[in-house]
Amino acid sequence: MKPARFSYHAPRSVDDAVALLAELAAEDGRILAGGQSLVPTMAFRVAQPGHLIDINAIDSLATIEVDQGRARIGACVRHAAFESKTPITGPTGALLGKVVHNIAHYPIRVRGTFCGSVAHADPSSEWCCTVAALDGEMIARSRRGERRIAAPDYFQGVMSTALEADEMLTAVDLPLMPADTRCGFQEFSRRPGDFAIAMALAAYRLENGRIADPRIAIGGAEVFPRRIKEAEAALVGQPANSAAFARAAEAASEAIEPMEDNFNTAAYRRALVMTLAQRALEKAR
Amino acid sequence: MSDKIEVTLNVNGAEHRIRVEPRKTLVDAIRDDCGQTGTHIGCEHGVCGACTILIDGEPIRSCLMFAVQAQGRRIRTVEGLQDGDTLHPMQQAFMQYHALQCGFCTPGFLMLAVGVLEKRPDIGDDELLEVLSSNLCRCTGYQNIIKAVRAIAADMRAAR
Repeated sequence: MKPARFSYHAPRSVDDAVALLAELAAEDGRILAGGQSLVPTMAFRVAQPGHLIDINAIDSLATIEVDQGRARIGACVRHAAFESKTPITGPTGALLGKVVHNIAHYPIRVRGTFCGSVAHADPSSEWCCTVAALDGEMIARSRRGERRIAAPDYFQGVMSTALEADEMLTAVDLPLMPADTRCGFQEFSRRPGDFAIAMALAAYRLENGRIADPRIAIGGAEVFPRRIKEAEAALVGQPANSAAFARAAEAASEAIEPMEDNFNTAAYRRALVMTLAQRALEKAR
Repeated sequence: MSDKIEVTLNVNGAEHRIRVEPRKTLVDAIRDDCGQTGTHIGCEHGVCGACTILIDGEPIRSCLMFAVQAQGRRIRTVEGLQDGDTLHPMQQAFMQYHALQCGFCTPGFLMLAVGVLEKRPDIGDDELLEVLSSNLCRCTGYQNIIKAVRAIAADMRAAR
């Protein structure tokens, strides 16, 4: 179908964009970045925004900056940027370079953006799961000012976040993991490029042969991605072996409240999470 | 609210000055306003890849971009592949390997394959298969498309 009518705005600066958003939020004014989620929903007329504020001409948003142990990913950084070398080095850069290949297909990754995915907050978004796993912070700007929103406060439900209607997600900050961190990511979808039914991201370090600083985040299974404390607790101080991983995977599987849909029961998703968490941990080894 | 906006689209090197509503997708503008109907419209929501074109050398879904966003960008469509009466090597390979039956998905597959191989002639076979999984074909079962694109990829590697 064809999208419904809207007015088009192409501001040149973030200040202009948030000024427009403040003015137009009441008429369902929306930010347009890569458009790879918003435009399909407009084609279905599920979304009928009165105004689109296209931020693609704001050059300052297309950058990745690394400073003081954090990577700042601007609102116009495309998924495909992570398929080649970025300023993000070490295990965090390597992880992002692996995760990106699970996102949709290449032509979508060329256009879609990291922050757009985080703003859209589909439960099966790989970047949302990554942001939750790494304790990322969302940088939200409005005419009222700027605020930072931690991942556990930011994700609120299926495509529901703490962003207000007049707030624009200008960047996501990812704390960089220590150089000796080991990471693994696994997801399951019926065909490559499909929305994942569940995914797991695991990261940990070894101190004297024992697991330290474990992170296990689950995405796609619940209404929003999050770190699973019960699974992480099962890993602390354990040797990095399959038995320890299995206990953590089981804890993750038990701790979640899986979504159900026409194709996937809660029990299926729970079983899938156990398998994926185990595999993600094995990948990290 | 529905006021038309003047946009100049550069399609295969030719400038088209058109007036479009903001809601007009790029593929609709290329077909209806620029008269270049080689690019096909399939699903209109970014799943099938039939409308894949190149923007500044990168393959994108032209149903997921609005025409007003393509001002000043270099657009390449299937009409721009051949050189006079000589088909592009990728088009010739599609003929040679029977990589099409009905032809509906062909313009999208051609632009996808040409775009990726021009940027990354040394792409690995696994990644090439991942890229080709972007687009849907209901006739060929994909194997002949893969054969055609692999053959051109090998030619490009040999020519380097």
